[in-house]
Amino acid sequence: MNDIRNDDTITALAAPINPDKLAELHRRLEAAAQSEGLLDVAYRIVDSPVGRLLLAATPKGLIRVAFANEDHDRVLETLAAKVSPRVLRSPRRLDTAARELDEYFQHQRKTFDLDLDLSLSKGFRQLVQQHLPEISYGQTRSYKEMAEMVGNPKAVRAVGTACATNPLPVVVPCHRVLRTDGTLGGYIGGLDAKTTLLELEKAA
Amino acid sequence: MKQPFESVVTLHSATVLRVCRSLLGVHDADDAWSETFLAAMRAYPDLPDTANVEAWLVTIARRKAIDLHRAAKRNPLPVEELPEAPTALGIPGMDDTDLWRTVGQLPRKQRQAITFRYLAGMSHAEIAAVLGGTVDAARRASADGLKNLRKSYPGASTKGARS
Repeated sequence: MNDIRNDDTITALAAPINPDKLAELHRRLEAAAQSEGLLDVAYRIVDSPVGRLLLAATPKGLIRVAFANEDHDRVLETLAAKVSPRVLRSPRRLDTAARELDEYFQHQRKTFDLDLDLSLSKGFRQLVQQHLPEISYGQTRSYKEMAEMVGNPKAVRAVGTACATNPLPVVVPCHRVLRTDGTLGGYIGGLDAKTTLLELEKAA
Repeated sequence: MKQPFESVVTLHSATVLRVCRSLLGVHDADDAWSETFLAAMRAYPDLPDTANVEAWLVTIARRKAIDLHRAAKRNPLPVEELPEAPTALGIPGMDDTDLWRTVGQLPRKQRQAITFRYLAGMSHAEIAAVLGGTVDAARRASADGLKNLRKSYPGASTKGARS
């Protein structure tokens, strides 16, 4: 029983597992999942002047930008439930989005040129979100003006809800919508984040 | 509700790699790990929410290990004879290293049962499903393995080891 007859197995059981090894295997899985068409939702987390942002994309395009105060774990769970449980941290698909956001925060970009997947919103909310990019950089609109812009001037509250549930903040600029009296209204990322974005655009 | 697949990878990555290493040796374990998680990701949406994810992964890992053996035209059954490979021994004195060294000297069935029970935390029923054979046989292999470990692992209690 005590004769050493299978050195390789002993080695296998005894070898501690290096975190670098696990990271390398993870990267292999990302590449294989992508080429096999299994990467339903890829995500990465980037640093920004408004805190850590989670970026998630389907093969169609960017589907979610989330602030840290939304709880990234919860956001990923929601994506798993609503889109697909095949959610993998896979930075490469988000390279372009991350670069464009970086340029935006460096005052080097005023519009985003990204494929968007708007499937998390439906109906009127999605309609409002589709029109939000028409408010150009550095400009603001009131919720009321926004309601007029989408052809439904009475739907001021519904515009507010559409902005509050925007799955793609920053990229789809709901931060450019304010109250009629010029006060901030609400913001998914918190009012500090809204102020930071508005000041950033003013300073450019 | 199903967790994002990334959580499955984070939670079970190291265990699956250990199981692959115990079935195939360090050399081929990476390929088995990759194939295991790729197959798991493909099937994940259909996995029942109540399933034991780790046991499911270990089952896939074992199947992938057998496939890799066949592909390499080695023995159809893994582990009995392993090819010689350059050693990649861990740092001496690391936690558990000595214990696993002793585990590595157990007969195949016992070693696999111990690996699945204590590395992968599987029940005897789950081990039986993976190894084939009855639940009793799995329980016996695991018990015999433990008994042998108590005999040969320095410092372990030998109480109740003899029947």
